Amino acid sequence: MNIQFRDRPEPASTDVAKTSDIKTSHIKTSHIKTAIADCDIHPARATKTELYPYLAKRWHEHLETYDKRPYHGMMEGPPYPKAQPNASRRDAYPPEGGPQGSSLSFMQQQHLDPNNVVLGVLNPLATGQGIRNHDLAAAICSAINDWQIEKWTSKDKRLKGSIVVANEDGAAAAAEIRTRAGDKNFVQVLLLSRNVEPLGQRRYWPIYEAAEEAGLPVGIHAFGFGGNPITASGWPSFYIEEMVGHAQCQQTVLASLVLEGVFERHPTLKMIMIEAGFGWAPSLSWRLDKTFKRLRSEVPHLKRPPSEYIREHIWWTTQPMEDPERRDHLFQLIDWIGWDRLLFATDYPHWDYDDPSRVLPAGASDANRDAFYLGNARKLYGIV
Amino acid sequence: MVRHVIAPVDELPPGTRKFLTIDERPIAIFNIKGEFFGLLNRCPHQGAALCEGPLIGLAQSSDPGAIEYTRAGEIIRCPWHGWEFDIRTGQSYCDPKRFRAKAYPVNVEPGAALVKGPYVAETIKVAVESDYVVVEL
Repeated sequence: MNIQFRDRPEPASTDVAKTSDIKTSHIKTSHIKTAIADCDIHPARATKTELYPYLAKRWHEHLETYDKRPYHGMMEGPPYPKAQPNASRRDAYPPEGGPQGSSLSFMQQQHLDPNNVVLGVLNPLATGQGIRNHDLAAAICSAINDWQIEKWTSKDKRLKGSIVVANEDGAAAAAEIRTRAGDKNFVQVLLLSRNVEPLGQRRYWPIYEAAEEAGLPVGIHAFGFGGNPITASGWPSFYIEEMVGHAQCQQTVLASLVLEGVFERHPTLKMIMIEAGFGWAPSLSWRLDKTFKRLRSEVPHLKRPPSEYIREHIWWTTQPMEDPERRDHLFQLIDWIGWDRLLFATDYPHWDYDDPSRVLPAGASDANRDAFYLGNARKLYGIV
Repeated sequence: MVRHVIAPVDELPPGTRKFLTIDERPIAIFNIKGEFFGLLNRCPHQGAALCEGPLIGLAQSSDPGAIEYTRAGEIIRCPWHGWEFDIRTGQSYCDPKRFRAKAYPVNVEPGAALVKGPYVAETIKVAVESDYVVVEL
């Protein structure tokens, strides 16, 4: 018999209000032997001023005097509270302090090492995107890009950054992409799904032009700060409606990209739908194709049925994984989308994290499993 | 079933929980208002350290518009995905047909009874005059 007590802080009380004080165990509860890619990792800043070394002095004073004016009102960050602190796992607080996702060494210890992550794509969400002052938006985005190199990608070669850009200012965004083009610290351009207008519209075209020129895919991650209601029918009452609404928002984004002809203009552009599900892909495609047959003359710039652009240009991250009761339904979905189009992602350290050892049910072939966990990401991002 | 002596009762006052590993199984023992409970510290959903989550109550509705909040502090909420489990039985309130957390019986036993055995207590020195928390698994 063997009983071992672990040395760790214990919660002081059952009082619900104090439970956020519970410290982490740092224990990884599952281990995966095969190497994986994680195509959605969220790095955070340990302190509010962590970006200052990468921002001109004038912006320090500006931020302290005026702060940021987001499109969606007098709020910093997403408008709906997140159910877990910082929308993150309660066991992911770094031992040295700071919010979840703010420590490279703890990320290595808790996630990258035990899960055998050989390629991790960083998707910073709290950037300059969605700030009404476009000069400030561009400055913060550029600072975030420098910060990704300095704090993360130069310190751990498994990690790759995303070029974040001032999404509402096409010229500034394109300039930032051209500045970073060829820098192997970055593997994609990152946008969010909620913007001032649907992402296919022409104010965003300079972003796609610069990304295609740089040979970089464009990832579109759920959330964003466009100022519009977060569902197509208005502001909902519950956080759960925001969570399931990402799929709906992403559908409007994808329809806009296809129907505005973005993929006709940029035939080599690749895009990734991040954290918005993929179960809706067949239904949206069928509906688009059916309606296209009736309304083709409205969008004569399209030369092919909409579904063909989607199949050719779109990749999908897996988290939060579709979870039907019958696994054959999941496999039917993936068969439609293509086993070569899914990119495994955990969303670490966020609370709806998918554990790599639990996500894909038994029944996938070895080749499909390898593609799902690593091969597709390596190919798309050009990482050998 | 093997009974393991975990700790003297006064090392686990009400409102605390203790994490331990028994035969490579991660276990947590809770003292909730003087009652003791044991759970496997692994969420049956995706494997998180379930017992590090907050202890909450149970909000339920018998009729639209009526919400009853009961069982305060007896429901454990997973630190990852927020799934709720009954600390007394391990029952899931999110997907009870497919998932159940593993619950272990925990009792308080007098030292005088423990020294007679059969208990496993090599890491704890048992004194006749004290009471001890004992888990069965």
